[in-house]
Amino acid sequence: MIVGDSKPLEEILEMIEGKDKVLVLGCRGCVTVCNVGGEKEVGILATALRIARKKRGLPTSIEERTLERQCDPEYIEELAEAAEGYDAIVSIACGVGPQFVAERFPKVRVFPGINTTFIGGALEHGVWSERCQSCGNCLVHNFGGLCPIARCSKSLMNGPCGGSANKKCEISPEVDCVWHLIVEKMAEMGRLEELERVWPVKNWITSRDGGPRRRVREDLKQ
Amino acid sequence: MRLQYPSNIKVIQLPCSGRVDILHLLKAFEDGADGVYVAGCKEGDCHFLTGNFKARRKVNYVKQVLAALGIEPERIEMFNMSSAEGPRFAQVAREFTQTIQELGPSPVKTAQAA
Repeated sequence: MIVGDSKPLEEILEMIEGKDKVLVLGCRGCVTVCNVGGEKEVGILATALRIARKKRGLPTSIEERTLERQCDPEYIEELAEAAEGYDAIVSIACGVGPQFVAERFPKVRVFPGINTTFIGGALEHGVWSERCQSCGNCLVHNFGGLCPIARCSKSLMNGPCGGSANKKCEISPEVDCVWHLIVEKMAEMGRLEELERVWPVKNWITSRDGGPRRRVREDLKQ
Repeated sequence: MRLQYPSNIKVIQLPCSGRVDILHLLKAFEDGADGVYVAGCKEGDCHFLTGNFKARRKVNYVKQVLAALGIEPERIEMFNMSSAEGPRFAQVAREFTQTIQELGPSPVKTAQAA
């Protein structure tokens, strides 16, 4: 899923300063699963914003709504009648949400209420970890199912580097050295000799280095 | 045990303190409560094992939200007590009421009244 973090309340309050009628807009996709932008978080953020406004004796028309997804135009369309009635929309979807909403309703000020951080999974309830960097050329099967691109601090294809110590990466004792994990896993699987393969420099053209990406499926296009 | 505790306290019963939600706590402040406290079972005594620990974490979360909004985080607290400790319930009620009285009315309420 796409994982994000709430923006500081102070930052959101600054965004909506002077804007009377505000909509806090959630998304039932990834951000609901990672507990940052679903219906519940919409309620919490909207309530906090109302408290802040009440405290200053300001109007408190802060409404709440959560769309099925904010990355599909058909769901954004549900706002068609209401959108222009707001002075500001705070989207707490991933970075796609505020862009789609702003694109559809050009007259409305749209603000991002969360910072999109990474593509990852839940290690346990309340803990998420980065697992994919969407490099556009998945190779995890060569590394025991562990991704050296997303999980090695240097994205090394031929690791580990000298910064690996006691199973951890030199950048932080919290970060596992994925190359240590890869070697352990490959040894466990009896595939250690596969790591003798020297990988040439990765072609990053499939990643962001090739510019913004687009996917087209001719059979689905209308 | 006809124990007295301040009459301004509105008791909301929950099956377990773990059921309390961040939204319940925030809504109370939105509606003008001067202070809110959660009375959970003693740590280690939760019938559902971790309900009171979860409640404490939620209370701490709301403390952070209040601080970000410029409201004293002391207006929300978590207390642990056994259901057999009537005198402690009354004592906590008196002490917390005292704390809130010292802090004064909620800024949410005073701004509305002004």
